[in-house]
Amino acid sequence: MTGPTRAHPWMANSAPGMIDAMLAEIGASSVAEVFEQIPADHFRKTPLSLPPQLSSEMELKRDLLSKLRKNATCETNLSFLGAGVWQHHVPAIVDEIVGRTEFATNVWGSYQSDHGRNQAWFEFSSQLGALLNLDVVQLPVYSWGCAIGHAIRMAARKTGRKKVLLARLSDPERLSVIRTYCQPQEMESAIEIVFVEHEAGSGRFDLADLKSKLGPDVAAVYFENPAYLGTIETGAAEIARMARAAGAETIVGVDPISLGVMAAPGDYGADIVTGPVQPLGVHMNCGGGVGGFIASRDEPDYVHQYNGFLVSIAETVQPGQFGFGLACPHQNSYGQREHGNDWTGNSTYLWAIAGAVYMSLLGPEGFREVGTLIISRARYAARLLSQVPGVRIHWPDTTFKEFVVNFDETGLTVAEINDRLRARGIFGGKDLSGEGLGLGQSALWCVTEVHSAADIRHATNSLSEVLK
Amino acid sequence: MTRLPNFHAAKWDEPVVMQLGRPGGRGQLFPAPEPEVAETVGANPVPEAMRRKDRPVLPEITEFEAQRHYLHLSQMTLGMMGVSLFGTCTMKYNSKTSEFATWRPEIAEVHPYQHPDTLQGVLEIMHDFGGILQSLSGMDQFVFQPGGGADAAYTMTAVARAYWADRGQLGQRTEMVTSIQAHPCNPATAAAAGFTVINLPLEENGYPSLEALKAAVSERTALIMLNNPDDMGIYNPEIRDWVKAAKDVGALCFYDHANFNGVMGKLSARELGFDACMFMLHKTFGAPKAGGGPAVGAFGCTAELAPYMPAPIVVKQGDTYALDEDRPKSCGKIREFWGNVPQVVKAYAWARAMGAEGIQMASDISVVANNYMDHRLAQLPGIARSNPDVTKRRMEMTRWSLAPLHEETGIGTVEIANRMADYGIDPWWMSHEPWIVPQPFTPEAGELWSKEDIDLWIDVLAKIMQEARENPELVRTAPHNQPIAQVKGDAFEDPSQWAMTWRAFVRKRDQAAAQGAA
Repeated sequence: MTGPTRAHPWMANSAPGMIDAMLAEIGASSVAEVFEQIPADHFRKTPLSLPPQLSSEMELKRDLLSKLRKNATCETNLSFLGAGVWQHHVPAIVDEIVGRTEFATNVWGSYQSDHGRNQAWFEFSSQLGALLNLDVVQLPVYSWGCAIGHAIRMAARKTGRKKVLLARLSDPERLSVIRTYCQPQEMESAIEIVFVEHEAGSGRFDLADLKSKLGPDVAAVYFENPAYLGTIETGAAEIARMARAAGAETIVGVDPISLGVMAAPGDYGADIVTGPVQPLGVHMNCGGGVGGFIASRDEPDYVHQYNGFLVSIAETVQPGQFGFGLACPHQNSYGQREHGNDWTGNSTYLWAIAGAVYMSLLGPEGFREVGTLIISRARYAARLLSQVPGVRIHWPDTTFKEFVVNFDETGLTVAEINDRLRARGIFGGKDLSGEGLGLGQSALWCVTEVHSAADIRHATNSLSEVLK
Repeated sequence: MTRLPNFHAAKWDEPVVMQLGRPGGRGQLFPAPEPEVAETVGANPVPEAMRRKDRPVLPEITEFEAQRHYLHLSQMTLGMMGVSLFGTCTMKYNSKTSEFATWRPEIAEVHPYQHPDTLQGVLEIMHDFGGILQSLSGMDQFVFQPGGGADAAYTMTAVARAYWADRGQLGQRTEMVTSIQAHPCNPATAAAAGFTVINLPLEENGYPSLEALKAAVSERTALIMLNNPDDMGIYNPEIRDWVKAAKDVGALCFYDHANFNGVMGKLSARELGFDACMFMLHKTFGAPKAGGGPAVGAFGCTAELAPYMPAPIVVKQGDTYALDEDRPKSCGKIREFWGNVPQVVKAYAWARAMGAEGIQMASDISVVANNYMDHRLAQLPGIARSNPDVTKRRMEMTRWSLAPLHEETGIGTVEIANRMADYGIDPWWMSHEPWIVPQPFTPEAGELWSKEDIDLWIDVLAKIMQEARENPELVRTAPHNQPIAQVKGDAFEDPSQWAMTWRAFVRKRDQAAAQGAA
């Protein structure tokens, strides 16, 4: 057998003699013998071609850091990027808890041996439910887009209809995921996506257009609040009322960090609510911090349509003691394979724990403060940027933390402006010019609680300078 | 017999966080908007129609209380702090070196829409790790967007849709063929993608017959989805003929490489004829499972299928790395952004720390160790190996049945799993649905666990089987040394009792109390 001459720190039985000892006990003369099921001509012929082993921790760390240091970060630069991943403050306690090895390494034990984790999961759902004013919250799926996709499929199953209405001004990243979930139109079970237009002056849903498209074939209306381009949907209750009148479900996407200051979707008629979990204490992680929640009222018609893990509190056999377990476990794909609701598997459950810790730290006042701070600073940023010559804000005073900045009158493209800003340590907003939204040379800027008034003035001044 | 641990789990009797705190308690403060900000935008810029009027019912606790509460919860999670031979999940050491690397701002505080010039380090790692997986599988291109093994299976179905749509045959290629023992995610994702699922039954030798496959595939077959070896530890030696039979009717062939640990470095999916495969980075490649993600199902395929993959793809242009989003034939996105990047970095670190020689050795050890475990388990009266007709040595795990002990004592696999935790041993994996093997359990030793760990695990099992015979009530009512007693299951299917949030629990409790009083 070939192999390292020293035992590997991650393999106990790589110590000298261990393999031979086990072979002797099982009466095998060689390692090859234990692979006797595999026909000889199945073994690979091409030798492995991998980079050299970095057997010591020191060498491994050096390799990782030498590569990672080539990244520039939003900590040392001033970033205004959002659109699905947002820079928010992550309390240190959150990092400590999600870094706990028990939470990192657990897989699936019993309700008793997983008790602490299951309680943390239940507390995620409980606290998010308090923000949403809804009684059922599922553990998060892979992403917000995936949550929307599942929610649309829930609505389609519940209503028996196969059409969804959603905003033409949708995030192309999420929309691409939603299209995947709704399936190509040539398939029999596909769900048709129909766009709702927006009011030119506000970016909000055009209710007349919505009305013309609502009919007995519509399974659901989906809207976001705040929407992709940051606008607050003040007509939310009316949209929900119109959808209900047509027998359609109202699916809403919300930013949970807004819910200390913005109305809870459970209070304005939402049937199914989705949203991102990353704002609740998860680092951006280069997009690897995303997850998406799904919530609803506590009615069996909804509960029985969920695809994943619903964690319920339950009594134990010891009077007065409570534990936690999975409600309705037989309706998912683990219980019913292809007959389950969509599918489930490994997801983003560690971020449920992050969210639980985050929400418990903020409490009602923390959410009110952070929401106030975000919308105030974002509005302030929009106001300042609009005073830069050639710069215009689409839909001023209608947005939460993101807003559209238009540069048409500067004669420059967003790409050119962002290049110039980047040279000054500023990451400008996401370039919208290629997204077919009819917004010209526009960028989606994101301002959160991490951006001080001084940061905003610095960015404004820098923008003025690079436009000269 | 080795001395068994006199274990007791932490038992904090911890209230639900909603029960903690006091009015006005604070765990996190935010500054007020600066005076110039407030002056510019006013005190509350939220439109009147959309303002929150109520106060969300959240805990009001101190920073320390939040820390203490969640540390208590972590301590009441067994994790793999004892011995976990959890089959089908390949429990590995999750390197803290790579964990700490990904907590650095160079990953944690990086946005995926940054200019590629500012992302060269992470793009290089993803590109290089793609190359490592290409070598291990023979595939031409990998993508990391899928958020787990099931999501990689879903990716395969989406790629198959795009492939057949591009050929004008999506209306005709409507079926997916798999085995009844394939992981549920294969049939489930295919069904969710709109395909009709055909499940092949198993024969005595543990896998479906080639004849059954040939009868099932046709010009209607879009793809077949297979794992090999399976969770019984049986390798299907006819796999090449399977792939050929599927290809003879034009179908795509997907290798679910969930059970890669025993064959890594030894088999190449491409050489066996497959068009695509997936690897679970949170399993085989040493990234943590985190109780169910964030995970990565790395999806790889041939150059022929690559145009249909989800975008973006990491590409190397000269000495720089870039993201290729311009892929007109792409199936569309499976999930936003490029995947769980920190997990990809950890998997890269695992592959580098292992190297080709370490990977080869790990597959050697995992199959030898499982056979050692099989050898010892075979000496315990009351359990039986699945598929007794298959006498050859199993791969990296074996499914066993507790049916004889169950018949003798009434104690089954659920009770034993509950009792194992009383010894600090993680409850075992039983089986996915459907249970083809009665009272199943599925241990997998992998390369992490020592021979002493394996011996301890078996000795604990032997001890519990002895308890089942001498004092079955002790096992039936287990656990006894855990944070809580057995959870009663009656609420989970009962709408009047289930409560997925604290507010639902309080509402139902108060309703029940009111009804009791009336």
